[in-house]
Amino acid sequence: LGIMMLSRLSTRSLRGPLFSTFRGYAEESSTALFGRKLTYVHQLESLKPSALDTIPAYRIMDNAGNIIEGANEPKTNEEECVKMYKHMVTLSVMDRILYDIQRQGRISFYMTCVGEEATHTGSAIALKDQDTIFAQYREQGVLLWRGFSVEQMMHQCFSNAKDYGKGRQMPVHYGSKKHNFQTISSPLATQIPQAAGAAYAQKMLGMDDACTVVYFGEGAASEGDFHAALNFGATLECPVIFFCRNNGFAISTPSREQFRGDGIASRGIGYGIETLRVDGNDVFAVRETTERAREICVNEQRPVLVESMSYRVGHHSTSDDSSRYRPKEEIEGWLDTNNPISRLRGSDGN
Amino acid sequence: MFSRKVLTPSLFSRFATTLVQRSVKTTPVSLGSPYAIRGDPSVASGQVKEKMNLFTAINSAMSIAMENDPTACIFGEDVAFGGVFRCTTGLREKFGEKRVFNTPLCEQGIAGFAIGMASMGVTAIAEMQFADYIFPAFDQIVNEAAKYRFRSGGEFNVGSLTFRAPYGAVGHGALYHSQSPEAYFCHTPGLKVVVPSTPIEAKGLLLASIRDKNPVIFLEPKWLYRSAVEEVPIGDYEIELGKARVVKEGSDITIVGWGAQLHVLADACEKAREDQGISCELIDLRTLLPWDRETVAQSVKKTGRLIISHEAPKTCGFSAEISAAIQEECFLHLEAPIQRVCGYDTPFPLIFEKFYVPDAFKNLQAINETVNY
Repeated sequence: LGIMMLSRLSTRSLRGPLFSTFRGYAEESSTALFGRKLTYVHQLESLKPSALDTIPAYRIMDNAGNIIEGANEPKTNEEECVKMYKHMVTLSVMDRILYDIQRQGRISFYMTCVGEEATHTGSAIALKDQDTIFAQYREQGVLLWRGFSVEQMMHQCFSNAKDYGKGRQMPVHYGSKKHNFQTISSPLATQIPQAAGAAYAQKMLGMDDACTVVYFGEGAASEGDFHAALNFGATLECPVIFFCRNNGFAISTPSREQFRGDGIASRGIGYGIETLRVDGNDVFAVRETTERAREICVNEQRPVLVESMSYRVGHHSTSDDSSRYRPKEEIEGWLDTNNPISRLRGSDGN
Repeated sequence: MFSRKVLTPSLFSRFATTLVQRSVKTTPVSLGSPYAIRGDPSVASGQVKEKMNLFTAINSAMSIAMENDPTACIFGEDVAFGGVFRCTTGLREKFGEKRVFNTPLCEQGIAGFAIGMASMGVTAIAEMQFADYIFPAFDQIVNEAAKYRFRSGGEFNVGSLTFRAPYGAVGHGALYHSQSPEAYFCHTPGLKVVVPSTPIEAKGLLLASIRDKNPVIFLEPKWLYRSAVEEVPIGDYEIELGKARVVKEGSDITIVGWGAQLHVLADACEKAREDQGISCELIDLRTLLPWDRETVAQSVKKTGRLIISHEAPKTCGFSAEISAAIQEECFLHLEAPIQRVCGYDTPFPLIFEKFYVPDAFKNLQAINETVNY
């Protein structure tokens, strides 16, 4: 099966049912489309969004953790699986503790990443230390995987003298030069064009085996900076992975109120960017997807868009009570049937 | 040498002449002002000099910066062919397409991209085609660039970042090709804001700005791109940021300005001297953030009077900051209220530009009022 590349999909869908009725008779190399052949047709036909299939998401495991028949066996061993599992569990326990600490009034604020542990772990394991990471605020699992300690997380959240940020920012605004993880800032999506610039800098610095990865949510992808970034990444050929965590919510705003198109993945092709969509709760699939994205970036020095499909189990933050805008059953449904941690456990290291 | 693009001013000049004649005993004041001042002559005095205008001097600065910093990049809209104001002429040929390149038409993208590049330690010189179009980038500049070092506890910074933008009146620019947005950025701790007034100044200040370890907004007076010409040292030199220059020494009144306005002020000062023997001390601030409070205060303590003049609208213009700070520090030395001669509190109009700008007449009037207070 391999990974469904959007390029193959679009070839099938676009030239097939859409314009098959009439072929154009005059082609020209178009200045407006810099060298692409532009066909002229004299049958007026619009391109409907519904004509394109929803981009499928790649997965290796089913919801119970069994490797799907026909899927690539994940290249892993017991030791690595245990390490990933421990990491995901540590992450979720740390989140629980810090959330409760905030409730006790001992820190001012916290944001959990419950439900997205596989997205963090699977993507982080695929990267190398020299890959610069920009993030939004819900990627503590990625930073921890890099080697940032739980203790250091505490320092940042407690805003004490040992915080690398010197106590200047709210909790979860972590950053660490030695772990090559740029400091978080609250404004959303500002990091996305910055990542394109950082990737370009990597080219200037001759860093051949490096890319930049930038994480953001599906809500942040509505910001102008997202569009600016993808366009810059494509035109300036930046080795950057645009990694979107689509977890279904931007605070209380569900994705049906965030966009009308086929998620974030559908935008990549519009910018001329190769795109991958993955089941964000399947840690093996996320790893393989990120590895492939990194390979394209580094070997071909161009950007890649990844959309990781998941669900935000927790509240937006400690200032949010999500029961006000979604039913408990929906959350429990995800926890029970599509839980990234139990899926890894269920895979039994197969 | 320096000539304003002047509409036929017959009616206006008669009105203005009458106005001025009523308040001062004088010969008629001309509308056009000569290119009134030259850059600091002591700067790089040993070097060979060449005649350059403002955009050539800026080009020279960038070329030198790029030579000595092999990963430095210049980018923005239309910079590849030389730029709409020719500031980047020849640079792509000299340094290659990887280092001098066009970006898509998107200021927020230019700013974000520049910040990311600088965060990796690479020198980024980002051009905004007009200062009037810098606002989409405001979030990136104010919320990100300015705060990058502070918020990360020093783990990261964008010190190698410089934004360049043409600003100010040009004779026919109207609302969106004439703005002076310096005040918005001066209100942002973490940035530096620099405005040169002549080619010599521009080259030295730009080199200093590029090499300064903080994000700098470098505003270039577009009026002067072609019209300001002088002998500029051809080699490498810097003019210190944060230090004002006393362009003309005087004893009766201190006049503070920056950029193109300095020449207007020099004209007014000359008329004041000619017609009433008023001795004006003219100061070019050069850097607005951080501004050289000490030099201005020292001058005001000597003269007891202060006028600040800029094209930007009066309310909350940068002159308000200087006023407040100087009255704080020099209150008992002041002989008259501090005056601000500025653009009106309206958008910058087209056909009414001549009435809008704080020209030599308005400044001359202010000088007289202040001295005779």
